[in-house]
Amino acid sequence: MHPALAVIFLTLFSGGGFGIMALTAIINDFQIDGGLNPLQTMVAVILSLVFVSIGMLSSTAHLANPKNAWRAFTRWRTSWLAREGVFAVLYYPFALAYLVWVFFTAGTQDAVGLILVNLAGLIGLITIFCQGMIYAVLRTIRQWNTALVPANFYVMGLAIGATILAAERMIMGAPALTLVGIALGLLVAAAVMKGIYYFWIGRPNGPTIRTATGFNRSTVRILEQGHTFGTFLTEEFGHTLPSAKARSIKFMMYIFAFIIPVAALVIGFLTGQLFFAWLAIVSVVFGIGVERWLFFVEAQHVINLYHGRQQC
Amino acid sequence: MRLGLVIDLDTCVGCHACAVACKEWNTSGTTAPLTDYDPYGAKPSGVWFNRIRHFEIGDYPYNKTVNFPMSCMHCENAECVTVCPTGASYKRAEDGIVLVDQNKCMGCNYCSWACPYGARELDRVSGTMKKCTLCIDRIYDMEIPEEERQPACVLTCPAHARMYGDLDDPESPVSRAVRDRGGYQLMPELNYNPTNHYLPPRVHAPIPTEELKKKAVRKVKEWVNRVVER
Repeated sequence: MHPALAVIFLTLFSGGGFGIMALTAIINDFQIDGGLNPLQTMVAVILSLVFVSIGMLSSTAHLANPKNAWRAFTRWRTSWLAREGVFAVLYYPFALAYLVWVFFTAGTQDAVGLILVNLAGLIGLITIFCQGMIYAVLRTIRQWNTALVPANFYVMGLAIGATILAAERMIMGAPALTLVGIALGLLVAAAVMKGIYYFWIGRPNGPTIRTATGFNRSTVRILEQGHTFGTFLTEEFGHTLPSAKARSIKFMMYIFAFIIPVAALVIGFLTGQLFFAWLAIVSVVFGIGVERWLFFVEAQHVINLYHGRQQC
Repeated sequence: MRLGLVIDLDTCVGCHACAVACKEWNTSGTTAPLTDYDPYGAKPSGVWFNRIRHFEIGDYPYNKTVNFPMSCMHCENAECVTVCPTGASYKRAEDGIVLVDQNKCMGCNYCSWACPYGARELDRVSGTMKKCTLCIDRIYDMEIPEEERQPACVLTCPAHARMYGDLDDPESPVSRAVRDRGGYQLMPELNYNPTNHYLPPRVHAPIPTEELKKKAVRKVKEWVNRVVER
């Protein structure tokens, strides 16, 4: 697949933004590490809103005809993309209402505040699910057609959110022991989940050039693709990654997405150096951005079988 | 009614006439134009509804070239329609034709991801997805003679390798051809249940080449070929 930056940013930033909101709800529900004070809550909610908005705005850059984008909310009965749009928009009033409520009443943990933040967090989590299902329903791309995709989107979004919240607490000089623990747990879970995913997609098991052409009992080779230069199909679906290069990028991805954030959070917490808190945020966003790039570039659409690939 | 195409891989000669006729008709049809990018330059590309690939089946000397035209299969389980968030993609209940409403499409490419057969291509100029209409503006045109109410690709095919008809009617010529010749669908394991079917090449007795007696004319020809440079 063509790794379009617009879609990478959409899933990366909106996933992280919804993760921040869901964890803000949990932290304030159970007053973890004393809960977030009004200022910390507002910073968290604003970060969540900014992240989600970056994601939503960049997704419209992916559209070739954005003047019809408003129609994308209409087919929520069948299309996961429409459902994602509906829930992403539904998130805004609750998140904004919580922000306003906390600003005027400082009520981070009163009944109204908790109802608003929990609804915003829940809608965010539903949106992440819809986002994962956009890819998981496609039978044409076996690397995506697995329940591990929404599961990965969840745990990655929550890991980004937890890392940012833990770092925020450290930067703002509040107790952060449990938050750092949550972030470490989610980062490790995300790393393991991604490992399961890579194991799962590692072996080809999809359609072959034989079933694609119907000549099931003989070897089939492409002689001519039938076009002189590229087509929409080769531009959109023709991207591949040599496996040696993929391995080295995955190694780098693991370092930036999981190892550096874990180490930075621990060192930052123990030493009180704020640099490490910032490092954790930048590293986890960059690393999971690389993960998302790999997610797209490794996806092999079955149309490639008609352009000569033996198996997808 | 389930309108679609049956393509005979036995007789298709791979001339691309169907693709050219398709492009010619549809570039001024309902979803016109079919934009070309850099048509006379170094990197010619553009929107086509019909593409022909060429495959080699089997290994030498038991091999065979098979020409493989592909356009929209007008699937029964048209996932391209299911995933469309705007409602631009739809499948007509009355005849099963899958179409894109150019006024509603927002160009998100999602339907092209859902299509296993590469039937959908984005027009970068209009920003909308375009695809085979089964020449809906020909097959229902009461102004043209009845025998011409067929898709442009079918009418133009010089090898009669393309047939058009109702695959729901068991007695239609296309249904008979599928039944008699063992017509099949592509990638059935994905369960899109495409309407278009492909007829496999017939099994022919091989033409003997090794035990032919060399006639005098043939010998002279070989001698001339050796002497004359290409």
